[in-house]
Amino acid sequence: MSVDSETVRKIARLARIAVTNDEVPGLVEQLNGILGWVEQLGEVDTKGVEPMASVMPGHLRWRADVVNDGGIQDKVLANAPEAASGFFAVPKVIE
Amino acid sequence: MTVLTDLSLAEMKAGLAARQFSAVELAQAHLDAMAANRHLNAYIVETPDLALAQAKAVDAGTRSGPLAGIPLGIKDLFAVEGVQTTAGSKILEGFVPRYESSVTANLLRDGAVFLGKLNMDEFAMGSSNETSAYGRVISPWKAKGSDAELVPGGSSGGSAAAVSARLCAGATGTDTGGSIRQPAAFVGIAGIKPTYGRASRWGTIAFASSLDQAGPMARTVTDCALLLSSMCGFDPEDSTSLDVAVPDWAASLTGTMKGKRVGIPAEYRLDGMDPEIAALWDQGIAWLKAEGAEIVSVSLPHTKYALPTYYIVAPAEASSNLARYDGVRYGKRVTPAGGNVHDMYAATRAAGFGKEVKRRIMIGTYVLSAGFYDAYYTQAQKVRALIARDFEQAFETCDVLLTPTAPSPAFAFGAKADPLAMYLNDVFTVPASLAGLPAMSVPAGLSASGLPLGLQIIGRPLDEMGVLDAGRAIERAAAFTARP
Repeated sequence: MSVDSETVRKIARLARIAVTNDEVPGLVEQLNGILGWVEQLGEVDTKGVEPMASVMPGHLRWRADVVNDGGIQDKVLANAPEAASGFFAVPKVIE
Repeated sequence: MTVLTDLSLAEMKAGLAARQFSAVELAQAHLDAMAANRHLNAYIVETPDLALAQAKAVDAGTRSGPLAGIPLGIKDLFAVEGVQTTAGSKILEGFVPRYESSVTANLLRDGAVFLGKLNMDEFAMGSSNETSAYGRVISPWKAKGSDAELVPGGSSGGSAAAVSARLCAGATGTDTGGSIRQPAAFVGIAGIKPTYGRASRWGTIAFASSLDQAGPMARTVTDCALLLSSMCGFDPEDSTSLDVAVPDWAASLTGTMKGKRVGIPAEYRLDGMDPEIAALWDQGIAWLKAEGAEIVSVSLPHTKYALPTYYIVAPAEASSNLARYDGVRYGKRVTPAGGNVHDMYAATRAAGFGKEVKRRIMIGTYVLSAGFYDAYYTQAQKVRALIARDFEQAFETCDVLLTPTAPSPAFAFGAKADPLAMYLNDVFTVPASLAGLPAMSVPAGLSASGLPLGLQIIGRPLDEMGVLDAGRAIERAAAFTARP
């Protein structure tokens, strides 16, 4: 499988990264270089092998379904590029 | 007169306890060394006021603990409350956490003094520190008869350079595919990545969550053991944190290899291996044999698939983890004129991320996208299971594995401009990361060009003690005293 410039633009869109037309050819080449190399994994016989879900066996812990923090609105907003009236502010979403 | 910055961490502990010098004197000696070595670009932020206040409290007896007064550098991946934390990225420039990472909180609990935040590859993606948005870190080492600047390795390159140049007693590092071990080898220091789950990931900026592990970097194996006991520990805030006791590794460290079986994985002897690296490995084998170990040949048949597996799994996890940098809650925001919120996301991420980070996010996005997920990601996770099984089977006949840490000594800036050439530098470190195993690099000798070379010890899950003991045995036999 190899990617073309249309696919690279689509990936960039999905990844929410703006790319310029000038950047696309280089990205096509680099991504194809890496993808071509990782494709050797296809030659490994993995019939009957469970994909690894966790390096240390066992289940993820559960915790009680309760509120265990909060009341730190000022700390949460302290690093926001823009905060207004106790909220994160963003450009208009609905026209 | 003793040069305080030349002491090992253990010696600093003893000197402070015996009141041969104060914590403030020790901190000041390091701050002076940092000021005199800014050309190395090891620190992104220096925190002299914080360090001196912490040291004063130690001298006044209001702060104590096993690391009381020990001056440390903190990789810029760990959130330190009130100190800019960027992960080496422009997208987090000016981000000042209002909380403390669990690992640094543990170090503070034990009385450590924080000198500043150490430079690193952007989001820990790199093996040379060339991807940092805050400029490359320069290794304090130079090859014999050459004035060329060399890379310190990566991604914990600032940590490596600072420890090696005596700009801190020890440093925190993180290791996703070798980011503690490879830089440690490049600058002639020791570094250990514990078993996945030993050190909490809470408050450590995420790269690839199933691989990321924090660990110490220091000039001796004992110093690493001291720091490791402080950094590790169960943390309910990290769902993969292991609820197991943390041993006092330094107290139990003997370096004895009698009755131990040391496995030598045949597949690590690559075609075209650098003869110097092969010779160093043979020397390491001879040392451990002389220390009483039994040498066993083992096979890890899926070794050659570890790197391609890693370069699917790590970018996939990174593409998900780095989705949070959207210009809304923290960090940089770029809004094109008249742009809507989607334009803001795309412009912010285009301006905030460097080339290598964008490349990995895009690879990760692609391998996780509809139609390709099974062929890439599921297959990689299956191969990863086989790589872990290889190690399990090897450990049926041996206690630890001995390998080189990196395929070469430190290289020059720009020497590995092709991403694939850079990725191949992690060939010996990535497999243990994929299997979550404890692994350490110990300085073992110099190349003909006078540059440090490291040997790697890989252990069973939770057997940091076995890894550290073998590391100590190598350290003793190698008697590595070279310094930049």
